[in-house]
Amino acid sequence: MPVSERNGTKVWQRRTGRESLFHWVLWLIGVAVFAYCWQQISNATTWFFVWDAPRIAGDIWTRATPPKWEYITQLGKPIWDTLNIATLGTIISLVLAVPVAFLAARNTTPSRFIIRPLALLIIVSTRSINSLIWALLLIAIIGPGVFAGVVAIAIRSVGFCAKLLYEAIEEIDETQVEAITATGASRWQVMAYGIVPQIMPAFAGIAVFRWDINIRESTVLGLVGAGGIGLQLSASLNVLAWPQVALILLVILAAVVISEWVSAKVRGAII
Amino acid sequence: MSSELQALIGKNWKKPPFIQRPWLRWAFILGFVVYLIAAFLTIDVNWSRVYEGLERGKQFVLAFTSPDFTSRSGDIWEGMLESIIMTVAASVVGIGISIPIALGAARNVAPLPVYLICRGIIAVSRALQEIIVAILLVAIFGFGPLAGFLTLSFATIGFLSKLLAEDIESMDKVQAEAIRASGARWTQWINYGVQPQVMPRLIGLSMYRIDINFRESAILGLVGAGGIGATLNTAFDRYEYDTAAAILIMIIVIVMALEYLSGVIRARVQ
Repeated sequence: MPVSERNGTKVWQRRTGRESLFHWVLWLIGVAVFAYCWQQISNATTWFFVWDAPRIAGDIWTRATPPKWEYITQLGKPIWDTLNIATLGTIISLVLAVPVAFLAARNTTPSRFIIRPLALLIIVSTRSINSLIWALLLIAIIGPGVFAGVVAIAIRSVGFCAKLLYEAIEEIDETQVEAITATGASRWQVMAYGIVPQIMPAFAGIAVFRWDINIRESTVLGLVGAGGIGLQLSASLNVLAWPQVALILLVILAAVVISEWVSAKVRGAII
Repeated sequence: MSSELQALIGKNWKKPPFIQRPWLRWAFILGFVVYLIAAFLTIDVNWSRVYEGLERGKQFVLAFTSPDFTSRSGDIWEGMLESIIMTVAASVVGIGISIPIALGAARNVAPLPVYLICRGIIAVSRALQEIIVAILLVAIFGFGPLAGFLTLSFATIGFLSKLLAEDIESMDKVQAEAIRASGARWTQWINYGVQPQVMPRLIGLSMYRIDINFRESAILGLVGAGGIGATLNTAFDRYEYDTAAAILIMIIVIVMALEYLSGVIRARVQ
């Protein structure tokens, strides 16, 4: 226990002298890095605009309220598109994620040194790039529209679903697999009767969870031209039609809240 | 032996269905098929355009084998640096703000009015998406990394406060009570009773959030909020796939490095 002496009496300390020195150096470096970052941000900012911000915010608020309620008649199709992008994207991604997950899980992968790293590479690279970037790329390749959005969401979700799924596969109970193997089942039968029933609840949970996230992401995909309600948002922003923007934001908020509620309900029923 | 089991003897075993009630199962399947048909009918895919695009797709995939780091190295370097700066500053500020909010949002630490206010802040921050917040903040504060920094800080608050508050709520009461029984003030109680219990989780979550913030900072540039996104967008617009590939590879490498680092740190503190 670190103890220091003050006026002849021993006083308890949390850290030894070396430890506290180490902590101070760490904090000093941290503060210096932050100060540098802040200075860079500050240099790149026009501070006049920032001081003017409260007035601008008030101005936008007065322009945006009340929302243009009659515009909602034109939002039906975009919302339907958004729902389709999220749902079809999730389905495609699940179809792709299942084999990747089985190849990536330590206990089911056919080869630990060649195929498993490849599967992990697929998982990392699809996961670390945002769906908006995938959408940008796909629009350049296959043209703007809902289809690009579906594919972007699908690719982005593969890594996420496969990662969670392979972790679920690695955590299965081996005794059940052994029991099925002992009956003389083939490799595929072991998979179907020993492994799949164990990961089914996790799979359903992941699917609904990702669907919820995808609804959120697909609402903004239109900003880069990949269909859905984001298209209307960017069109309204471009012509500075703030009442329409306000209504679209409200609709997006409602969609997000509803999807989160649905996913929480379904996950609650499964688990 | 029960009669139910008796009736089953001698019959072939059938796999039990995932959803037990038959009508629910069939309604689910039917509804799903109807939805799929409706969805496919409303998506009009221009297949000839897709076919034309395959050539460009091939070029893009090939570009990954020869990424061009050099010809736009100035822009890439500047954008990356700005992304990293935004990530660091926003993570520090966001984590700093979210700690008091997390304390306020934990029912066993805060009184009810404070609890409701803090939970309200968390709900608002979680419901609004980064990119939409970024659009609004760019409109208010002008183009540049300040808007991105504020967006990321705001998003960090919702994420970190919620998870940290849950951890504080599920902490071990005995230790906290022991500190209080020794006559500690409220601040001492938080510092010695609560903080040591939630510190590992706080560090783990912070690392995870830094990782997320970096990924998000890569897209904020699309709406003018600073970072590498603007450079990436320009590269795609000009069909400079080799530059785009270089940027994407850099993002992937940094994310992988952060993930590895956070794994090491989390293993050490937990």
